[in-house]
Amino acid sequence: MSAATLFFAVLFYLATAVLLIGLGRKIADYARTPAPLLIPTTPAPTTTGGVVLRLLRELTLFESLFKSNLWLWVLGMLFHVGLALVLARHLRYFSEPVWAWVAVIQPFGIYAGLAMLAGLAGLWARRLLIERIRYISTPSDHLMLLLLMGITASGLMMKFVSHTDIVAVKVFFLGLLRFNPQPLPVDAPLYVHLTLVAVLMLVFPISKLLHAPGLFFSPTRNQRDNPREARHLAPWAAKLEVK
Amino acid sequence: MAGPEFTAPVLREYPVIPILQRGAMAAATPYLANEKIQEALGFPGKLVDDWHDKAIAKMGDLLGKYRSLKVFLDTCVHCGACSDKCHYFLGSGDPKNMPVARQDLLRSVYRRHFTLAGKMFPQLVGARELTREVLDEWYTYYNQCSECRRCSVFCPYGIDTAEVTMAAREILDSVGLGQKYSNEIIGKVHKIGNNLGLPGPALENTLEGLEEDIKEDTGIDVRYPLDVHGAEVLLVTPSADFFAEPHIESLIGYGKVFHAAGISWTLSSKASEAGNFGMFIGNYEQLRKVALRVREAAQELGVKRIVVGECGHAWRIAYSFWNTLTGIGAGANDPFAIQLQSQLDHRHKQPMHICELTWDLIQRGALSFDKEANDHRIITFHDSCNVARATRMGNTPGGQFEIPRHIIKAVANHYVEMAPGTTHEQTFCCGGGGGILTDEMLDLRIKGTLPRMEALKQVVDSDGVNFMVTICAICKAQFTKVVPYYGFKMSMIGGVHQLVSTAIKLGDK
Repeated sequence: MSAATLFFAVLFYLATAVLLIGLGRKIADYARTPAPLLIPTTPAPTTTGGVVLRLLRELTLFESLFKSNLWLWVLGMLFHVGLALVLARHLRYFSEPVWAWVAVIQPFGIYAGLAMLAGLAGLWARRLLIERIRYISTPSDHLMLLLLMGITASGLMMKFVSHTDIVAVKVFFLGLLRFNPQPLPVDAPLYVHLTLVAVLMLVFPISKLLHAPGLFFSPTRNQRDNPREARHLAPWAAKLEVK
Repeated sequence: MAGPEFTAPVLREYPVIPILQRGAMAAATPYLANEKIQEALGFPGKLVDDWHDKAIAKMGDLLGKYRSLKVFLDTCVHCGACSDKCHYFLGSGDPKNMPVARQDLLRSVYRRHFTLAGKMFPQLVGARELTREVLDEWYTYYNQCSECRRCSVFCPYGIDTAEVTMAAREILDSVGLGQKYSNEIIGKVHKIGNNLGLPGPALENTLEGLEEDIKEDTGIDVRYPLDVHGAEVLLVTPSADFFAEPHIESLIGYGKVFHAAGISWTLSSKASEAGNFGMFIGNYEQLRKVALRVREAAQELGVKRIVVGECGHAWRIAYSFWNTLTGIGAGANDPFAIQLQSQLDHRHKQPMHICELTWDLIQRGALSFDKEANDHRIITFHDSCNVARATRMGNTPGGQFEIPRHIIKAVANHYVEMAPGTTHEQTFCCGGGGGILTDEMLDLRIKGTLPRMEALKQVVDSDGVNFMVTICAICKAQFTKVVPYYGFKMSMIGGVHQLVSTAIKLGDK
């Protein structure tokens, strides 16, 4: 096994472990922390089904963002929908035989990569050019966009500039899945791509990328509007009553 | 009061997002609560010596108690969706009044002390140590938030700056930096029973005077009963309704509605206040303690229903929190709540908003009106932030918008809606909510009301609107104080039940 293969094998096992454990711990922490008062932003759904729909709309349509700012919504959509398609396209590296629906979306995945890049560029332009967005931006906000643009650009390079032996890449990842690492082809854009993706996975649980799981735990969005019909009491608040 | 003179920002035809004015509102700081005020609420009298450690410990405590705070501090991506939504930012241009920047004042310290990234790379992620300057900055800018939740409507993750503000104020109180206005008022509620410190006998006098005035006006004996055991309804209303203009006009309206419908009702000298500033300072214990007065009054008087008068944050607390805090509501299975809930009549919503009660009576044909009596008024409705974004009326989401409008249209002929984006869930705060309705904050209050004034100006010019009604005591007090700075008359502010009062027919039904 080459040094590069070993490096990336270890890196991806590590990154996956950090991502899953880190995210799992965060989600458990969110789930365990009580929400003592009902604070849904109203008008809010009164039923559980309604809450599920509200969260689905936020997840897939970015409903609140749409109300806020159309440009931001368009750029965010370009990036996130693009990302979703690209991630789905990448499932072919982890399934054998490739699932039918993954095969169907393959051509769209390429356009999606371009959409991602356009969205990210727009978001970065916003951060640089609009005074108040520049004011609220920290260095990590810029770096996160750069990281994502680096991942997208290196990925697109493998398609459009210097072809990578993706069959060998697939063998490598299937090997990782089976705990039987196979050689990774020597390829600079690939190395850049994989390194940046691993960095993204590593920082996910300690960065603002937590907005992904956070949405589902946001009390203003996931609570039912039923305070008069049912009594809502957190355990620590209930203790005040027995004193 | 002799003080600095303030001028209002110019009303523009097409509102634009302001250019940043760094530090524009850095001097707008409310008075600190003195030792006596602080200690009455169990807070340290002045800034404690180990404030740094105490503040961080308190933050940790709150992070364990409130999922909202924990999730909101983690999930912000600095997208800027909220950055042009706060009325204080729009009116002042101070970047720290952008919701995201306001949150970041606390988030930066959270990152430094509670996150790996902030501990390892503070500069990179905008983490910073809690210094005395930072603490003072918290005091200034978390007292420039009216907890109106407008930003939470637009945040893609539902981050509610009000929750962050409440946590910050709670931390500040815990190290001895309390805000005089709010904390003094909470003390008065504990001691006397209402925010204004109006004692029982004075209240009785006021109500008797009111009955005499109405008798003179209408020739009819409309009663404003106090502490009547066995009444069906306990009305809990903001104490401003007892003497402030235009608040009292709505109180007169409530009494006329009860009279016309033949419902027996009472006010309580113990719970002579619907307001509850415990929410403003983010302190659960104070919030609960103030709310429990209503439970006690309801139990002592043996009432079957609890109805809440025109007050925004009070309706939020009543509607959203009372069941949790006091058991006023339905559906409980614990002894504490059942004790009260078995006393209440669950054919009615508990608690009920006065607008729900009135609209219900109107729909059943129990009230009749002379709509023409309101013909001198061309009316618009200002949705109050807490009612709009933190409560409901009626059975369907959005009832909090529809029911007050239905009432207005049932009692008056001329109604005009303000521009979309300034009403309903996107309504602008009056600029005085959240515990800053105090004279030393007047500059901020004037600037914060700019977006509402611009929307009002439009309908004044286009439709000749001469009356803006609202269902919140703070909105009424704030507007009557600040609209003159924008060239409007304070008499153009009123309440929904003021309109009801003008048009309702008494005695012949």
